[in-house]
Amino acid sequence: MTEETTIQRRSGGRTAAKMALVAVGMFGFGFAMVPAYQVFCEVTGFNGFVSNEASAGPGDMEYDPDRKVTVEFVATVNGSQPWTFRPKQSRMEVTPGELYTAYFVAENQYEGSTVSQIIPSVAPGTAGRHFKKTECFCFTEQRFAGSEQRKMPVTFFVDPALPERNQTVTLSYTLFDIRDGDLPEYDEEAAELHAGAPQSAD
Amino acid sequence: MNQNKLTRLFVASTAALAMLFSAGAAAESDWRRPWGVNLPEGVTSLSQVAYSMHMLTFWIVTVIGVAVFAGVFFSVWKYRKSQGAKPATWHHSTTVEIVWTAVPFLILLGIAVPATQAMIKMEDTSGYEMTVKVTGYQWMWEYEYLDEGIHFYSRLDRDSDRARQRNPEIRPRDVEHYLLNVDNPLVVPVNTKIRFLLTANDVIHSWWVPELGWKKDTIPGFVNEAWAEIQEPGTYRGQCAELCGRDHAFMPIVVVAKTEEDYEAWVAEQQEEVNGDVAVDDDDLSDMEMDDLMALGEDVYDNQCMACHQAGGEGMGDMFPALAGSDKVLGDRDEYKSILLDGVSGTTMQSFASLSNQELAGVLTYVRNAWGNDDDGGDVFQPADVEDAR
Amino acid sequence: MTATTHDTHDAHHHGPPPGFFKRWLFTTNHKDLGVLYMVFGLLMFFIGGAMAMVIRAELFQPGLNLVDPHFFNQMTTMHALVMIFGAVMPAFTGLANWLIPVQIGAPDMALPRINNWAFWLLPAGFVLLLATLFLPGGAPAGGWTMYPPLVLQLGDSFPFLILAVHILGISSIMGSINIVATILNMRAPGMTLMKMPMFVWAWLITAFLIVAVMPVLAGAVTMLLTDQYFGTSFFSAAGGGDPVMFQHIFWFFGHPEVYILILPAFGIVSAIIPTFARKPLFGYSSMVYATASIAFLSFIVWGHHMFTVGMPLAGQLFFMYATMLVAVPTGVKIFNWMATMWQGSMTFETPMLFSIAFVLLFTIGGLSGVMLALAPVDLQYHDTYFVVAHFHYVLVTGAVFSIMAAVYFWLPKWTGHMYDEKLGKWHFWLSTISVNVLFFPQHFLGLAGMPRRIPDYAVQFAEFNMISSIGGFVFGLAQLLFVYIIVKCVRGGQKASSGVWEGAKGLEWTLPSPAPYHTFETPPAVK
Ligand SMILES: [Cu+2]
Ligand SMILES: [Cu+2]
Repeated sequence: MTEETTIQRRSGGRTAAKMALVAVGMFGFGFAMVPAYQVFCEVTGFNGFVSNEASAGPGDMEYDPDRKVTVEFVATVNGSQPWTFRPKQSRMEVTPGELYTAYFVAENQYEGSTVSQIIPSVAPGTAGRHFKKTECFCFTEQRFAGSEQRKMPVTFFVDPALPERNQTVTLSYTLFDIRDGDLPEYDEEAAELHAGAPQSAD
Repeated sequence: MNQNKLTRLFVASTAALAMLFSAGAAAESDWRRPWGVNLPEGVTSLSQVAYSMHMLTFWIVTVIGVAVFAGVFFSVWKYRKSQGAKPATWHHSTTVEIVWTAVPFLILLGIAVPATQAMIKMEDTSGYEMTVKVTGYQWMWEYEYLDEGIHFYSRLDRDSDRARQRNPEIRPRDVEHYLLNVDNPLVVPVNTKIRFLLTANDVIHSWWVPELGWKKDTIPGFVNEAWAEIQEPGTYRGQCAELCGRDHAFMPIVVVAKTEEDYEAWVAEQQEEVNGDVAVDDDDLSDMEMDDLMALGEDVYDNQCMACHQAGGEGMGDMFPALAGSDKVLGDRDEYKSILLDGVSGTTMQSFASLSNQELAGVLTYVRNAWGNDDDGGDVFQPADVEDAR
Repeated sequence: MTATTHDTHDAHHHGPPPGFFKRWLFTTNHKDLGVLYMVFGLLMFFIGGAMAMVIRAELFQPGLNLVDPHFFNQMTTMHALVMIFGAVMPAFTGLANWLIPVQIGAPDMALPRINNWAFWLLPAGFVLLLATLFLPGGAPAGGWTMYPPLVLQLGDSFPFLILAVHILGISSIMGSINIVATILNMRAPGMTLMKMPMFVWAWLITAFLIVAVMPVLAGAVTMLLTDQYFGTSFFSAAGGGDPVMFQHIFWFFGHPEVYILILPAFGIVSAIIPTFARKPLFGYSSMVYATASIAFLSFIVWGHHMFTVGMPLAGQLFFMYATMLVAVPTGVKIFNWMATMWQGSMTFETPMLFSIAFVLLFTIGGLSGVMLALAPVDLQYHDTYFVVAHFHYVLVTGAVFSIMAAVYFWLPKWTGHMYDEKLGKWHFWLSTISVNVLFFPQHFLGLAGMPRRIPDYAVQFAEFNMISSIGGFVFGLAQLLFVYIIVKCVRGGQKASSGVWEGAKGLEWTLPSPAPYHTFETPPAVK
């Protein structure tokens, strides 16, 4: 009888080791969800995903020259840094398969230089993968001198594969001020005023 | 669907009644009332679909629930040992088990069909006639009419704001539409398919007006879309529905739906204000009287600053520093101005550059002189000073 | 029963080691650890309950009456964390520790030392978490769901929160590994899987769920941590991340977590109802399969927490259908309990009363869950008090009621004394009536438009909130009676027989009451 219990206990250790491996694997799985989610978003256009990399031009894609799709432009400034950011045109009528350029204007209303990253998003989400940018100010960080205002182009085309039911595609840009810890002097002092306040993500 | 027909009939008749009693002005809906227990049928086809789906499912689950209760209570009454019940010994019946697996499955299938149809309808924003962009902030909303060039912020109204303080001057019960009223409501036309584009400035919020039938999260960096076509002129109230920090409860939403003519008139008025009337605009840099500055400043303070920095400028904890006796407030003028214009990064102090020069001059003057801050005697900020600092 | 054949065996004392610290701090005995877990759970139940009282007091009438909104948010956040990870999960783990070895005829858990570590991580984790209440910026206030970017605004409490979640996660993973190892390896000869008591089955499945999803939560909060301090941007749009992705990962953990909190309850009720109906559990094997399929489905329904984030239609439909499917096995369980009572010979001692209330009130929570599954209407229900009512019916009248039923049911076995039946009935009726006064009106509040997680509300919600708060205060007070009954029973009372209940079946009821410190050192014979 005693023998039997000890045999049981040994195999208990083996089960435990296997389960521990499962736990470690699932910890990895949590991280694996990140690239999996990105691939999933790319394929399905989940959550307004739109690629932030340059795509090749339309080339000589087949398309219907009579088809018209409305592209709407909106711009948002994230956070409380002093910026203005707006589209030059609120909408354009485009033919899927042809190349167009739209402009956005950003102004750093702050006297020191700073850096921004502009992030695109498309609504409806499922149209995201059919919206291709060949050139965009969102591909890289944008540096702004103090009080600089800049007109920035985005060159894009809508893939003719865009489903018929999508008559409008909204291209939304959000501007994030991403300057690092080297805040100009007066800002740092002002920050002292709010000592103990929660720090922002960066 | 019988349910649908009934609902439609009910909606139509209540709508007719409502028309009789209201003169078409921005009437309050009677859905919001004490002891309210149910979802609104609302004023959009989406809210009505949601309502009928809700009622259909509600009745189905109620019947199931009553059956479960009845079954248990019957057993409790009938099969008690004290009544001499003898226990049976059976413990299995394949037939019965198949039945109560299959029947709920079929019922669910029956609900899934209309639910799917409703979802397809909700996602279809095509054929819209106007677009409103909604941006969530900690803790207010920004509305932008894409084609009309109208743009404004919408915050908790002043009375609610006063009543929601600890030890308030007025009691919540004395405020009309306490916590459900704003300074600038979203004005839209009826019978117009409106597309909403939703995003946020800081954290995730959720834009919800029950009578429009849905809520949608506003996510920083991303844009969502939704739509509504309001059938009845009226005022419809809602709230932010996603926890967004300290004042999550204090960023209501008010939608005023007007007839098409009234809406056109409102748009014209707004555009005139933006283009013509410069009295409240940044262009007027003429000096103001100290008294006027203080009065305007107090107004601005109550609406914009009091929630965090408190009525007596005493602040609140480390997050919201005191302004009374503050070095920063009483120190260098330029630095003081820049705090308001630029905000303080890394803190909850946002930029208030969106206020007019006059409003900023007012609040700068007010804070510099209120609560015993005026020892050095009447330090005034004029609109031109603010313009210089921009 | 306690054999004296192991005199040579040093590890097997026949009583607890002398000395308070030696016994409780270093114990590897499954009964001692079971008790520690349960006492800890009870303590946390009162700490989390005190937070609930603050919440209900603030909501007693409109206006900001007692606390600052920021503190209110700390209360809702901490209440959830304390109740889930501090009260319900440890209480279930305690029951598992005490009962699983004696139900399967094992001498102890498979890994006694790990068992001790797993428990002592818990108080450590909670000291960290509760200490944040005394930090300058206060405790976590971004909701127990920890959504970024809001959670990144927390300040000092943020790293404490992340570390505490890690510690609690490791504790429950260790505990669960131990449970799986015990059930799979330590059963007495003849105790085949399909002969195991339902409580053991429920815990086997629960333990698998915990091992599968707690590490995912750990991964998610680790990403929050690196986003905050090490410049990654998993969830920050500015760096190409996506805050919604956190919600996906979180709910991939979060929905199975809901079943982690309810499956052991199913096991408890499946033990108690047959006992007091004096009739075998109806459909044992379908109960096992239903539990397993609920666990399986729990991995593919997480999106129902996210219908409002702007998912594409196909995603919403998938999550809606999958969620509706959960109702089928859950219904099977409820019908099986009803069938167990049917043509039984029932008596209504306190554990049975709590179990019957569980069946009925859990059904209410389940049915409102069916409503919430419908995506087009969830756009109205989501983040309102309707949801709050739903999950409290599932977690309070579900999970917590089952724990109370279990305590009354097995208390005589643990202490050797009968509890005071009259007081037990008082506790039951006070709790059951007040809990409905507390949570039922919240359905109305939600439908009438009241969002959740708000410290103040429009005047139209005043009446139901006041009723709900009154129910809450009574429910809170009633739990003091619970503690009194337990203490009284530990101290003395009518001697309990080894069978305790007339209809009790199972290995634990063959042991004397109280059960000796070491049991089943010689495996029992199972027919
Ligand atoms: Cu909000
Ligand atoms: Cu869930």
